[in-house]
Amino acid sequence: MEKITCNFVVNGQAEEISIPPNRTLLHMLREDLMFHGVREGCSHGECGSCNVILDGKLVNACLILAVEADGMEILTVEGMVDGDNLHPIQQAFVDESGMQCGACTTGMILSTKNLLDANPDPSREEIKDALAGNFCRCTGYAKIFESVEAAAESMKGTQS
Amino acid sequence: MSDQPAKIGDNWPNLIGKRLPRVDAVEKVNGDAKYAGDFNLTGQLWMKILRSPYPHAKIISIDASKALEMPGVKAVVTAEDFNGWSWGWGPTTRDETPLADEKVRYFAEAVAAVAAEDEETAEEACALINVVYEELPGIFDAEEAMRDGAPQVHDYVDNNISWDFHMDYGDVEEGFAEADFVREDRFETGRTLTGFLEPPAAVAQIDSSGITIYAAKQSPYFIYRQLASCFKLPLSKVRVIQPYVGGGFGGTKNDSTAGDFCAVMLAKKTKRPVKFVYNMEEVLTTCRRRHNMIVDCKMGMKKDGSITAVQTKVIADGGAFTAIGPLTMYLTGIMTTLPYKLDHYKHDAYRVFTNHPVSAAMRGHGVTHTRFAAEIQMEKMADELGIDPVEVRMKNAIEAPHETINGITVDTCGLKEGLEIVSSSSAWKDKDQNKKDGPVVRGIGISGTSHLGGARQRGHQSCAAIVRLCEDGTVNYLTGASDAGQGSDTVLVQLVAEELGLTMEDVTIQRVDTAVTPVDNGSYGSRVTILAGQAAQKAAQEVKRQLAEAAANIWEVDAGKILFNDRTVFVDGDPDKSMSFKKLTQIACYSETGAVIMGKGFSEYGLEKMDFEKGYGNPGVNYSFTSQLSAVDVDIETGMVKVKDFLIAHDCGRPLHPVNVEAQTQGAASQGLGQALYEDFKMREGRTMNSTMVNYMMPLSTEHPDFELHDIITDDPHGPFGAKEASEGSIISTPPSIVSAIHDATGIWFTKLPVTPEKIVLALKEKKENG
Repeated sequence: MEKITCNFVVNGQAEEISIPPNRTLLHMLREDLMFHGVREGCSHGECGSCNVILDGKLVNACLILAVEADGMEILTVEGMVDGDNLHPIQQAFVDESGMQCGACTTGMILSTKNLLDANPDPSREEIKDALAGNFCRCTGYAKIFESVEAAAESMKGTQS
Repeated sequence: MSDQPAKIGDNWPNLIGKRLPRVDAVEKVNGDAKYAGDFNLTGQLWMKILRSPYPHAKIISIDASKALEMPGVKAVVTAEDFNGWSWGWGPTTRDETPLADEKVRYFAEAVAAVAAEDEETAEEACALINVVYEELPGIFDAEEAMRDGAPQVHDYVDNNISWDFHMDYGDVEEGFAEADFVREDRFETGRTLTGFLEPPAAVAQIDSSGITIYAAKQSPYFIYRQLASCFKLPLSKVRVIQPYVGGGFGGTKNDSTAGDFCAVMLAKKTKRPVKFVYNMEEVLTTCRRRHNMIVDCKMGMKKDGSITAVQTKVIADGGAFTAIGPLTMYLTGIMTTLPYKLDHYKHDAYRVFTNHPVSAAMRGHGVTHTRFAAEIQMEKMADELGIDPVEVRMKNAIEAPHETINGITVDTCGLKEGLEIVSSSSAWKDKDQNKKDGPVVRGIGISGTSHLGGARQRGHQSCAAIVRLCEDGTVNYLTGASDAGQGSDTVLVQLVAEELGLTMEDVTIQRVDTAVTPVDNGSYGSRVTILAGQAAQKAAQEVKRQLAEAAANIWEVDAGKILFNDRTVFVDGDPDKSMSFKKLTQIACYSETGAVIMGKGFSEYGLEKMDFEKGYGNPGVNYSFTSQLSAVDVDIETGMVKVKDFLIAHDCGRPLHPVNVEAQTQGAASQGLGQALYEDFKMREGRTMNSTMVNYMMPLSTEHPDFELHDIITDDPHGPFGAKEASEGSIISTPPSIVSAIHDATGIWFTKLPVTPEKIVLALKEKKENG
């Protein structure tokens, strides 16, 4: 299959890469660029474990072809870390133990960022709705909701 | 346990019982955590599996020549390569081959595997393998499969009986004769998915040094033994390396998959590493699932609500192979004698082969089915006798110490306390006042259940630990126990650090690497905290003993007077004699004998005699008790059920890591919610119709209620710091409490899980028509 050369900015870093047109954004990020924080779960857009932020929008990377994202900016969970410092959302998930196996966690954190960017003080119901596309089998969600609330609290008055 | 560390100061214990962050938290939020599918070895090939398009068929021939001609394809394996080798749980039930041999027994069973330069080429090559099948009549119903003349899935047993298990204690006939009221009901539990989000994956290599495999395993020492057997290698040449594991919940990740064996065989053929990652459709169609069971339950009750006898008969759809099914059957019976007093119990369980995917263990293994049946039947009978659901449970609840008729010994029991908490809640007391009018009806239900912790099987039971002291005063802790996400790494580090008077940061846990870590049974049956925890404590105590000897020499005091706390070592009652843990370590390592300080420890439980065939003796180390209230809203027009509240009072002995205990209780209740209301594989002629996460429904964020949790502290003498099971109790208690709540809302007892909107609408319609 003929490869197409595409340009992305991933976590602030410019990348030029030749990829076959049928490669998903998920596989490009995981297999070509080695961002393993982007996880593959259901591959059907149902579980949210491959969530990334593409030009400011939350997407399931399994449902998008990499070539469709040509010229766009991509944020993965790896890009939320500032040096050795975790992003306040990541820190909140640590503090509140908002994870068990971790397979959904990185996608959950990006969905949380997407929520808090738009709504810095969400209600419990708004959090539930915002995370409805992120499947977690381990936690029963309670500690995840608490993590999102703690993140919102710690980010009050700051920009994410 | 007898040898707990001495109480030091008012703050002791320093770490146990504290709300500490998980040891794996940072790696899981910043993307560093590596799972099996994240590993890549130089020169690796990709593997794909060709799967059967029939549920039951003879394999006439396999021709892989076209696939092998395809550019990029390096090798193909079929059953022939495995030379008849098979695996299974027990010596008489090793009935499963890595690839289908002579015939396929379920739809999507693995038939061949291809290794190629990339995943797509491997997948395309699979389509070029020509397999000629002769279809055979299939059998898809467990009861029909037991009848004479039914299609036989295996030749080595008659009537498709994969395993049967029987218990007979007391005299049930006498018990039923003593009863004022006897009921017989049929219950059924669904076929459910374990639901881990990380599919099975591995990257394997094999050369003259042996096998190395990075594999997604909840219990890596299962595959360690199976690979040694399959490839005829000594265990010392099988190296299973355990990355982070994206959920387990029993079954698949406690076993090997076709993919594991094929990857190693292809690596052997090609002399290159081979990697595979199952896709979610393979998970939903081929991975181990919870048994679908029919439970016929007969119960005798006196007018005052006391239970006189229980008789259960289980027919379980085992699917095509035995796997761990014998243990499932044992657990359906042995645990029915808890948590209510019972003098007469008879149980007959039949695990039946069908042409369905294989059934095996899942969280709440075996227990959830029969406990659901007995719990609902007890309440149904109490209802008919006009006895309150709390009263009937209080009447029958055991109290510690207690020995069941089948020799289970319970030293601590918080069931009555839990039921009191649940029934004194306003949700329970005001339940009749809170009934709503209109299409959405509120219902409140309760349950009171039990689960074992520190599970044992036949054979090797023990857990071991090695604690290595580094010369800078930090510690490497090696365990064979693995954390599939439940948080056991955190609790085990806590125990080691607590023993040595260190902080969590001072102790680093080594994830399982079978070349390095001590052999372990596995992470199932809520056994890690209790058994690996005991081993960790003992190994740390051994290090402490060696350090105390060095300190005793320095200060010329008795070693028994040396205490460890807060990174400091000191002489009891003589505060001037004290130094940092680090300094003592350096003195001990450099100036004293120069010995390298290491400690090892083993768990001591699970060694006494038990009778697996008769279901007598302890199946675990100790027993947890869970009392639960569920509040639901039932829309009587659409049949939709929304769970509004869970109130769970759980006796886990003592929560060592309270956050993890809460999280386990919440997570298990969430899976119980799915089991009660949504989850069931829809099967048609052997095919799984809901084979994606889009149409196999599991609870999402919006379906989760608020939790109110209560810890009941009973300090069990057999667990580290009093601990008992904390990870499975609420998957047992949730389904009956939800079904009881639906009854409260609708007046209908549902006996078949899951209770879907369709079932509710039809039952309400029938109720209305019958007046």
